[in-house]
Amino acid sequence: MATTQATPPGPASGGGLVVEDLGVTLTGRPADVVDDIDLVLHPGEVVGLVGESGSGKTTVGTSLLGYSRAGALISSGKVLLEGRDVLQLPWKEVRQLRGEEIAYVPQDPASALNPSIRIGKQLVELLELRGIGTAESRRQGARDGLAEVGLPNDDEFLNRYAHQLSGGQVQRVALAMAFLPKPKVLVLDEPTTGLDVTTQKMVLDTMAELCRAYGVSALYVTHDLAVVANIADRVAVMYAGQIVELGPRDAIFAKPMHPYTRALLDSIPHLSQARALTGIPGRTPAPGARPGGCRFNDRCSFAVDACRAEVPQLRTLEAGHEVRCLRTDEIGLWDINLGNVPDADPDRARDVILSVEGLDVFYGRKQVVHDVTFDLAKGEVVALVGESGSGKTTISRCVGGLHRDWKGTIAFEGRELAASARKRSAEDRRRVQYIFQNPYLSLNPRLTIEQIIRRPMELFGLAKGKQATDRVLELMEQVALGPGMLHYQASRLSGGERQRVAIARALAAEPDVMICDEITSALDVSVQGSIVSLLEGLRKERGISMLFVTHNLALVRSIAARVEILQAGRVVEEGSVVTVMETPQRDYTRNLLANSPRID
Amino acid sequence: MSDTRSHTSPPSFFRRALRQKRFSVGLTVTLLVVLFAIFAPFFAPHGENETTGPPYAKVGVLGTDYLGQDVLSRVMYGGQEILVVSTLATVLGMVLGILIGVVAAYSGGWWDEVIMRLNDVLLAFPQILLALVVLTALQNPSTWVIVVLVGTSHAPRVARLARGVALGIVSRDFVVAAEALGEKRSRVILAEVLPNMTGPLLAEAGLRLTYSIGLVAALGFLGFAADPGAANWGQMMNENRLGLATQPWSVLAPVVMIAIFTIGTNLMADGLAQAAEKGDD
Repeated sequence: MATTQATPPGPASGGGLVVEDLGVTLTGRPADVVDDIDLVLHPGEVVGLVGESGSGKTTVGTSLLGYSRAGALISSGKVLLEGRDVLQLPWKEVRQLRGEEIAYVPQDPASALNPSIRIGKQLVELLELRGIGTAESRRQGARDGLAEVGLPNDDEFLNRYAHQLSGGQVQRVALAMAFLPKPKVLVLDEPTTGLDVTTQKMVLDTMAELCRAYGVSALYVTHDLAVVANIADRVAVMYAGQIVELGPRDAIFAKPMHPYTRALLDSIPHLSQARALTGIPGRTPAPGARPGGCRFNDRCSFAVDACRAEVPQLRTLEAGHEVRCLRTDEIGLWDINLGNVPDADPDRARDVILSVEGLDVFYGRKQVVHDVTFDLAKGEVVALVGESGSGKTTISRCVGGLHRDWKGTIAFEGRELAASARKRSAEDRRRVQYIFQNPYLSLNPRLTIEQIIRRPMELFGLAKGKQATDRVLELMEQVALGPGMLHYQASRLSGGERQRVAIARALAAEPDVMICDEITSALDVSVQGSIVSLLEGLRKERGISMLFVTHNLALVRSIAARVEILQAGRVVEEGSVVTVMETPQRDYTRNLLANSPRID
Repeated sequence: MSDTRSHTSPPSFFRRALRQKRFSVGLTVTLLVVLFAIFAPFFAPHGENETTGPPYAKVGVLGTDYLGQDVLSRVMYGGQEILVVSTLATVLGMVLGILIGVVAAYSGGWWDEVIMRLNDVLLAFPQILLALVVLTALQNPSTWVIVVLVGTSHAPRVARLARGVALGIVSRDFVVAAEALGEKRSRVILAEVLPNMTGPLLAEAGLRLTYSIGLVAALGFLGFAADPGAANWGQMMNENRLGLATQPWSVLAPVVMIAIFTIGTNLMADGLAQAAEKGDD
């Protein structure tokens, strides 16, 4: 509170935004979505608002525009823009203010741009709506806006439709639209999720530059601490609807004082060194189901009885660094290198179990993968890394027999595998298991967890009846799911829980090779941490080999022994993880490394 | 996306549908008409073919028809056949259509093209035309011929919808996962694809039932009922149309019954569609 109270709203009228005691509740039942939010955005400052799914970060973001999603209601607090309370203004003024003074960049710009209106027209419309300038000056304004975000601004580009742009370009058009009316405050809701690291870097740099140039205060809502580490001036960490830690970026990353912040940081992989990643046990409590006392007490490794009894307030530790924890003085210091482990040994003897040779893959007439060769040893993790469109998932689908239009050789224990899974022997199908990227799509929502996990056992004749149920329970324990979920339908589980079920289903077949297609990219970092540590345990105990597809190079360092860097369907660099990441030979690899957001 | 689901089991599709006002009203109306059709014959004041007075006379509650039979009694007798025929025809049409549509969507590629183009050819015929052609050719059509004809005329239309719904599901990863495990194709369709289609298909079934009633009534009106002497709402309109001016109730009574019933089934279908739309997962 130090900063807010030291500079009351009056003097802050030079710009910026002050949020006081903001609370949002559900309309259906008396439960807080977020509460007790105090936040100041100074002019020209980027504040990162970090939290996992269900923490209420997006709710806070949209509240700044006086908006709450259906079913929720802004019930208390003030959002002060130059002394005016946005929440109290008549809706006509709020409408005027949105976009003009407080702009919003949504998570998925592709759905925010109108697909049937040309880019130029959408930009011009913004100015038209406000009656600014003449037709010619508006068009010029649109051109200038595009130039600012580093996009071409010739007529050809202005006449394009949203679908004719790449993901990064669309996001930068969205940025240009946000900046065009010269707003004072900008709210960005995970605008770079789903972009490649290179494009993400470009978008982030553009945003930070514009904010500083125009003195715009920005609230950057994200789940990605690494991104925040690269762009934010100050960071607010949210958990279960409250800000638990708030401070200057360097303080948050060097001396995090809240156990939750520390746990989050512990679950993030580093580019410079392999780490034993850890997750946070349990799941984020939903509104209405949050524990009393400190909301993190049921998942906190430092919790004592006082934490369950007493509700902690935000306390100022040092200038601008506030923490909502009772035990900050007792939990000691934290070291970023705590979880470091030795990198995978590049000289380990390899016993090849799966090899891919001269793989060419086609979609119709188009060749998307060219002459890819690599192999996978027993008990080894090989990572396929590249930007979207580099063919990494396509290769993994061919290995798994899900895509059949390919030429070349895929050999399992020296035997050539047929193109499609159906043509392979049941034994081969059993021993190579595929785990999908999106756990919301890969489990049949109508089946129970038990039905899902036991199906491979029945299909491959591994177990049936009571024996199968016992085995299901055993597997569920291994992937840290309680036996109480046995008869749950998949639609009741959270993303992380679903992915565990998917892993258990793969394990039920007792495979030798698991193909993991971006299996953590749809999950929160803390969940990613626990999934990765689960996979690492499985690899060590059972000697399962894994083909790990990902775009996250830092994750590769912590999980894989070897890496194949892919670009446009070709392997451009390969080798042990340490060699490739310490001494990259190709510009493409160096670029990927340089653009990856990092906290170490 | 914030995950704020509580830990209670999600209500079944039927429960959610019941919460829709349309559905509950539609269901009540439909049930009432069905009960009427089943039990009314027991309470009819006169027999089905009993003459109670001169033709088109104001004898009894709703007067008499072209043969002097009591209109009220004939309305009470005339529902059963139309309901049984239209329900059976709907079931047949749904089963056939879903089969065609899902198989087309699941096989994809060349098979999909062939099946759906053939389907398009059938779609080009107006729904009633096919039935009329066959019925005129046959001397004494029995009830099941009408069931089959109405049912098959629904099939191509249901198939289009079923294919559309199934297309969105067969591309989902859990179907691909079942493929990768080497599940039998029939099992993939029955256990993985179909259970996820229930919402839209139920709504379509309600709509098809409405059409069936209309079709069966229309066929009756055109004189293609299985038993020309028996009471039948559709046929009654045809029989008595000449007396519309003198004894309007002889035509209006069956029309009102058909109208009430189609409105009921239609509301039900609407409610189901809404429940299906309001989030499946």
